[in-house]
Amino acid sequence: MTFSPQLEARFEKLLTSYPPGRQRSAMIPMLMYAQDELGCVSDELIDEVARRIGVTPLQVNEVLTYYSMLHRKPLGKYHVQVCTNISCLLYDGDKLYEHACKKLGITHKEVTADGQFSIEEVECMGACSWAPAIQINYDFHHYVTPEKLDQLLDGLRKKQ
Amino acid sequence: MLFNEPHPLETRVLTRRFGKPDTAAIEGYLADDGYQGFLKAAKMTPEQIIEQVKISNLRGRGGAGFPTGMKWSFVPRTSPKPKYIVVNGDESEPGTCKDRVLIENDPHQLIEGVLIAGLAVDAHAGYVYIRGEYRYLIDVMDKAIAEAYAKGWLGKNIQGTGFDFDLYTHTGAGAYECGEESALLESLEGKRGIPRIRPPFPAVAGAFQCPTILNNVETFCAVPYILREGGQAFADLGIPKAGGTKMTCLTGHVNRPGVYELKLGFPVKQMIEEVGGGMRNGKKLKAFIPGGSSCPVLTASELEGANMDYDSMAARKTMLGSGGVIIMDEDTCMVKAALRIMRFYAHESCGWCIPCREGTTWLKKILTRFHEGQGTRTDINLIGDIAKNMLGRTFCPLGDAAAMPTISIVEKFRDEFEDHLNGKPCAYEPAGVVTV
Ligand SMILES: Cc1cc2nc3c(=O)[nH]c(=O)nc-3n(C[C@H](O)[C@H](O)[C@H](O)COP(=O)(O)O)c2cc1C
Ligand code: FES
Repeated sequence: MTFSPQLEARFEKLLTSYPPGRQRSAMIPMLMYAQDELGCVSDELIDEVARRIGVTPLQVNEVLTYYSMLHRKPLGKYHVQVCTNISCLLYDGDKLYEHACKKLGITHKEVTADGQFSIEEVECMGACSWAPAIQINYDFHHYVTPEKLDQLLDGLRKKQ
Repeated sequence: MLFNEPHPLETRVLTRRFGKPDTAAIEGYLADDGYQGFLKAAKMTPEQIIEQVKISNLRGRGGAGFPTGMKWSFVPRTSPKPKYIVVNGDESEPGTCKDRVLIENDPHQLIEGVLIAGLAVDAHAGYVYIRGEYRYLIDVMDKAIAEAYAKGWLGKNIQGTGFDFDLYTHTGAGAYECGEESALLESLEGKRGIPRIRPPFPAVAGAFQCPTILNNVETFCAVPYILREGGQAFADLGIPKAGGTKMTCLTGHVNRPGVYELKLGFPVKQMIEEVGGGMRNGKKLKAFIPGGSSCPVLTASELEGANMDYDSMAARKTMLGSGGVIIMDEDTCMVKAALRIMRFYAHESCGWCIPCREGTTWLKKILTRFHEGQGTRTDINLIGDIAKNMLGRTFCPLGDAAAMPTISIVEKFRDEFEDHLNGKPCAYEPAGVVTV
């Protein structure tokens, strides 16, 4: 498999970041950074990462299923994550989530037909004092009202 | 970048540089006495460094509040194995968003804290484990680390002291359990985040089975001040047995939610009324969680005379925890709150041990049906019984974290459970979409 030069550089750094014989440590970061570039964790990627860190593909698969941010299928181009955990709930995060589902016509972990959006109800994302909070891909948005959410999503739709 | 206005009642030690232009850059840090604590430490013996940390009365800020100096003294410094420093930046305890602010605004303060820990136990490498959702902070940290190498504050023979240290970031990938120290170490080794049996503790067999100091981000960030100004100065900021300040995340129904740095022992009432600007819409306070959703809940009357410190909270059978304060007003449905908290633990239980895996799942199911009006009277006791049977019987404290708030809510707000049975409309309305 070939990756972008930036990703190759990251991999190279990761493979030397851990003590000798401990290259397996690089597995999760490699999968995360590769997923950002490729959209999801494919069978091919599993084989490649396994080869580079010297474990079996099964060992990679066994680990990646544990982590909620590693995906085997592509998400939408914009992955909308709405926190409904307790501090956000106190600011109607649950209603915000329902609003987002309605607006996009999809629900938890679904992707729109055009592949542009996906949605996920997520646990606390560390934005509790600026609730309710959402993340679109890795970008945080704080104090999100339904109106602000509409604006954000409409803006992204236009950008396509 | 700041997220909320600072408050005059704050004591700005860890946040002293916040608000300055480009606070994350090394030049500004150096201009503000940055790395001076490290230079001082480099002239001291490891015993002297640990002594200062002990004098400071610094206690772990990740939730458990274990005395930091004592933890460091458990590391067998003369072991022939390499030693490691691991920073816990997994920050996933609901209600908690302080480590994020510390890394974003002053990453060099964290690096300096790690270096001092390295000197204290003769470690020469460290890892900053940051939750996957905080990707931008990994970039902030990577940039700060690169600056530190470029200016000779990391790498070989740092500033001519003869001390070598390498520091790396390591991303998580979405798992609350990876904040638990032994699960974090598993994750760092490229495995599922499942807790290890202890003893041995990380101080003896941590990262790569080598002696390891593992602390929370905020704990490390307090260390530069302690070395720069002296352990006593830090101790004097707080109260006996608990030195310094606590990064406090005010969340929920107050007028000014935000992250504030308050002296340990800060009165709860003043925190809510003055720092937080009082209850939103003039409502009454119904429930208070001092430090993340894992802590037992307090009622308004239990807050009389309470202070934000370990002992004051322990006296009320709860914990200071992570500093994630969750404030709920009179319109909050406590059944719904209990349900949402339990959905979190059921989602995050790693599945390794049965009492936690089954207990959280059953509690989620029962609370869901209860909140939807399908509960029975026996369910109320059943919820309490299941939770009590989990307490102390799980492999790691995640099971306790799920049980403790649940037990306290059922005990203290039993009438709200009764109301749900009596067909009274829920104060907050029916449960939202339950997707898991
Ligand atoms: C389920 C669970 C989750 C935890 N999550 C975190 C976390 O996100 N950040 C953290 O610093 N400590 C967390 N802890 C506490 C750590 O196990 C550990 O006590 C702490 O990082 C030690 O650092 P300290 O002494 O500086 O507090 C968690 C503990 C448990 C049981
Ligand atoms: S509860 Fe939503 S970000 Fe913490």
